[in-house]
Amino acid sequence: MSIQVRTMADMMASGESPDILFWVGCAGSFDDRAKKITKALVKILNHCKVNFAVLGTEESCTGDPAKRAGNEFTFQMQALMNIELLNGYEVKKIVTACPHCFNTLKNEYPGLGGTYEVIHHTQLIQDLINTGKLTLADNGTFKGKKITFHDPCYLGRANDVYEAPRELIEKLDAALVEMKRCKTNGLCCGAGGAQMFKEAEKGNKEINVERTEDALQTSANIIATGCPFCNTMMTDGVKHFEKEEDVKVMDIAELIANAADL
Amino acid sequence: MQQLIFGVLTLSSFGFFAFNLRKIAQNIHMGLPLDRSDRKADRWRTMLLVALGQKKMFTRPIPALLHLALYASFVITQIELIEILVDGLSGSHRFFQDGLGGFYTFMISFIEVLSVLAFIGTVAFLARRNMLKLPRLNMKELAGWPAQDANLILVFELILISFIFTMNGADEVLQSYAGNSNGFAMSSWLGPILFEGKSTHTLHVLEQIGWWGHIIMVYTFMNYLPYSKHLHIFMAFPNTYFSKLEPKGQFTNMQSVTNEVKLMLDPNADPYAAPATDAAPSRFGAKDVNDLTWKNLMDAYSCTECGRCTSACPANTTGKLLSPRKIMMDTRDRMVELGDFKRKNGQDAEDGKSLLGSYITEEELWACTSCNACVQECPVNIDPLSIIMDLRRFLVMEESKVPTELTGMLTNIENNGAPWQFAPTERMNWANEE
Repeated sequence: MSIQVRTMADMMASGESPDILFWVGCAGSFDDRAKKITKALVKILNHCKVNFAVLGTEESCTGDPAKRAGNEFTFQMQALMNIELLNGYEVKKIVTACPHCFNTLKNEYPGLGGTYEVIHHTQLIQDLINTGKLTLADNGTFKGKKITFHDPCYLGRANDVYEAPRELIEKLDAALVEMKRCKTNGLCCGAGGAQMFKEAEKGNKEINVERTEDALQTSANIIATGCPFCNTMMTDGVKHFEKEEDVKVMDIAELIANAADL
Repeated sequence: MQQLIFGVLTLSSFGFFAFNLRKIAQNIHMGLPLDRSDRKADRWRTMLLVALGQKKMFTRPIPALLHLALYASFVITQIELIEILVDGLSGSHRFFQDGLGGFYTFMISFIEVLSVLAFIGTVAFLARRNMLKLPRLNMKELAGWPAQDANLILVFELILISFIFTMNGADEVLQSYAGNSNGFAMSSWLGPILFEGKSTHTLHVLEQIGWWGHIIMVYTFMNYLPYSKHLHIFMAFPNTYFSKLEPKGQFTNMQSVTNEVKLMLDPNADPYAAPATDAAPSRFGAKDVNDLTWKNLMDAYSCTECGRCTSACPANTTGKLLSPRKIMMDTRDRMVELGDFKRKNGQDAEDGKSLLGSYITEEELWACTSCNACVQECPVNIDPLSIIMDLRRFLVMEESKVPTELTGMLTNIENNGAPWQFAPTERMNWANEE
């Protein structure tokens, strides 16, 4: 079953313009696990009749991993091309499910000529629920479950978004349990700063294993996060402890889509 | 005669201190320009909260309270120093006592109470370092001089406070022989315990030892600061004022790169045209301290090596070589070394060393996840991450020293617009997959 989603080019051709652009990101487009998050978010957007579009094949990496790896040239090549495209479509507002895209689009593109209102998908979903466009079904999916939230660095410390994802978890019929290191003290999953794309430097432990220990100590049934890279790292961490039967790693969008029977 | 000695001592102490402050200012000015003149109200607020109010210290309440005792007693004692200066220069004894009366008694009592708390705090700090062996205060980058520096400062403080009570205690007993009392909160009972029964002459000598010892320690302390991590007591204020106010995730866009990339992307650009700006950078990224901004260098002078950054660093916690505190210590050591070298051998002289290579290794830089935990933790808003990123930029853009896997990632972005090897045409496939 294919999913209903329109591209900017398609909309422009028929003289329409969307209220918001969904920036899917490379992980959301190509990574098998992250694609599920993308689809969960699209289901929510469609269900709430949000007038949105994606860039489709015109989208390209924001340049975040290049910038964090120290290659400002590659970053700015990407940024300037993306900005030309976004400005060409007269994009005003962007939502993304990737905190790295979120941070780059929101904070680093304005200085290069691309100024947009950029929100993280947890903020959009929170808004949809608060304005009554999305109601969660009383389907008991999460009844009696414990959920812990792993703060993505580029959402939390980098941009001070701590509450939106937590408010959403609290709307589920589940208990939010915090790890000993959370919010401003949250420990990185180990993927940031382009580490996702390289082997870790020599040490005595993997960072995602350290972080997964924090999560397992809460005895949560679900580790929730809001970043495709954190998702990968935490999933690997859970596998490391052979806990994949007992503990699921899920994105907030997936939790909400499940709770809304989508 | 005593007044003359005091005058000379005071003048030379302040003179030498000013001489060293000038060196510090020169060293900071080796850094590249950076505009932090905006949002003045936010800057004052940040300084008041973070430096004066010590807001970020209180995420760890026990050291915060101990530190508060030392900090408050240090700040309040400065009031007494005014009297010491007046007494020292004029030969008076407790110049303000008669005029201020009860308020004077209250002020000195307040200082005495804080001094006792500071004494307790200092002993606790020494114990944490040397007996409890707190991990973050016993890491390998502190071996040798940094550990001695830390202990020396604490011992200075103990001596300083001991002199205050020698002075006030002896004075109290002297007063009691004449049937009077200064009525200060601590010395009125501590004095008799220590010195009761001593002869008037001995007490006079003790009071003088206390007075001179105190002021000599104050001047020693002041002139030791420029060589010590303890300089943070001054630098915390300008350093927090000039904090980065943008979101922590926002890294600088390099203007020099923007100019070149725009030329590359513009089909009408004349590649042989003269560069638009005459201030072309000598290099991309940072190899040495003078490639960093002045704020990076001010950060280095503000670091008191508490190690909160390192204890929160995911790389360090999992045994990697990176320690954000070491990055700051290295930056300061190299800055002082280069500053001294240039003052001696001229501004254009090269000593063949650099921050990257001679002090910081590539392995440290590549361990960073850019998670901002170090920036978040720092009680005086130091930003080790921006130094790490600028050194990385130099490695990658000037030396092409990129870990192999990252070369692949970068090539993919350049060729197919994603860090993995997927064709752009496959970007929408997710919409049609089950």
